[in-house]
Amino acid sequence: MRNPLSDTIVQIKPSGIRKFFDIVSEMKDAISLGVGEPDFDTPWHVREEGIYSLEKGKTFYTSNSGLKELRQEICNYLKRSQDITYDPLHEVLITVGGSEAIDIGLRAMINPGDEVLIPQPSYVSYEPCALLTGAKPVIINLKAENEFRLTAKEVEDAITDKTKILILPFPNNPTGAIMEKEDLEAIADVVIKHDIYVMSDEIYAELTYKGKHVSIASLPGMKERTILINGFSKAYAMTGWRLGYACGPEAIIKQMTKIHQFAIMCAPTTSQYAAVEALKNGDADVDMMRESYNQRRRFLVNAFKEMGLECFEPFGAFYIFPCIKEFGMTSDEFATRFLEEEKVAVVPGTAFGDCGEGFLRISYAYSLEKLKLAIGKLEHFITKLREEKAAKE
Amino acid sequence: MKEQLKEELLKLIERNSRIDLKELAVLVGAEEIDVVNAMEEMEKDGTICAYHTLINWEKTSIEKVTALIEVRVTPQRGQGFDSIAERIYNYPEVRSLYLLSGGFDLMVILEGKTLREVSSFVSDKLATMETVLSTTTHFILKKYKDHGTIMNDKKVDEREMITP
Repeated sequence: MRNPLSDTIVQIKPSGIRKFFDIVSEMKDAISLGVGEPDFDTPWHVREEGIYSLEKGKTFYTSNSGLKELRQEICNYLKRSQDITYDPLHEVLITVGGSEAIDIGLRAMINPGDEVLIPQPSYVSYEPCALLTGAKPVIINLKAENEFRLTAKEVEDAITDKTKILILPFPNNPTGAIMEKEDLEAIADVVIKHDIYVMSDEIYAELTYKGKHVSIASLPGMKERTILINGFSKAYAMTGWRLGYACGPEAIIKQMTKIHQFAIMCAPTTSQYAAVEALKNGDADVDMMRESYNQRRRFLVNAFKEMGLECFEPFGAFYIFPCIKEFGMTSDEFATRFLEEEKVAVVPGTAFGDCGEGFLRISYAYSLEKLKLAIGKLEHFITKLREEKAAKE
Repeated sequence: MKEQLKEELLKLIERNSRIDLKELAVLVGAEEIDVVNAMEEMEKDGTICAYHTLINWEKTSIEKVTALIEVRVTPQRGQGFDSIAERIYNYPEVRSLYLLSGGFDLMVILEGKTLREVSSFVSDKLATMETVLSTTTHFILKKYKDHGTIMNDKKVDEREMITP
């Protein structure tokens, strides 16, 4: 029989997270710190608005770009939070999660052979999406000593005359790193100098714990070369609603809308109505959730310090990225043994890029009670490892 | 800064008053001594009035009846509602007492062992006060939510164990 598959897709490695997921789901009583989504329910007034829209019979397609009212609310939000002015009619596209925006953004901009700069550790989909377009992904390995921030020099060193897009994944999953204004200004200089574009994935923009998030699109000369991606999953605890958006130059958004129109038609209508309510009246909910994440973050930073586990203080998202190199095992070995011996699931740093070796991603999208329980087990486990190591020496 | 600390502490202990001071300090990112001082200050100035426990009595064998009683009264010259309120709230079976706007004046929340106990309080004690014009008693049949907590809320984490 003829091979039914595409060579391109077969050559793409499955997500490193998948393997671990299979082991964990076999274990019934495991505690997980491996989740990349909020533990909060979507705020009730937002859910209620979704229900109301269904009762009203709002069950049809929306326009391809998404509800005009929602695009307007997104523009209002970006104006008040970042002071960036977007035109809701031509510079905004509502997508099925931020993920779709990453995919079609790359597809709209890449010609085969173009190079895409991907800082890692980072979210798992940039590299495969780039490969699907025929781009050449160029990985930038972020460094622990820079607290996993991207430096202008790292970008400069990776740029060739084929470079077209820099992916900017901050606040970062899995490291929790953020980029502050000065960091971004340095990057912007390089981007402008080499005439490349930025895809800025700001899905965790509302979850920062050291001043407000700054978007690179707000810097002079950057709006016209940035695709800003955000969505409702993390800020409003709306992962299952699958709703995100992209904002950028009209020429790019127009082509993205074309792909979206043919591949998706429009983002889910119910979710769009709920999202309007989230943007209009959801600020207090976001504040409440942010404060809660921040308390858990401080709890973990303090707990790691007390355990003597090396870790930089993360200021974004809801992840902490401790270093486990002192134990002389790989991230995978550590995570596997931790799961088998203590029944706690964490994600090996390598699931987010090779340079995640020696680190773990621990999510704090869990109640304090659960975190305390799991951290107690982590302490027990690393004490055991240290004893083993001492016995060997 | 200090006010902000107090506000965050209050929000935390309103949900969980058993949390210890050392942990509170970690959660709000402050020195333990500052937290101790702030808490003492708030206890002294009456911001923190008491530490209670929210109990679902239905889970116990102890019988309790709770009633909300709307009371219309004649306010007294020079004292308004305060003196009549004091006469009512001094009864230990009165759990809460509020002065309200609207169709009636005082809302009494009363707790008794039996229906009879509650009704005799209303007819013997409350209705006979000379400034009380009328009372309307509502018995609570079921408590769904109290102090921001949903009773019988058995939430399970339905998220996948590992997601990117």
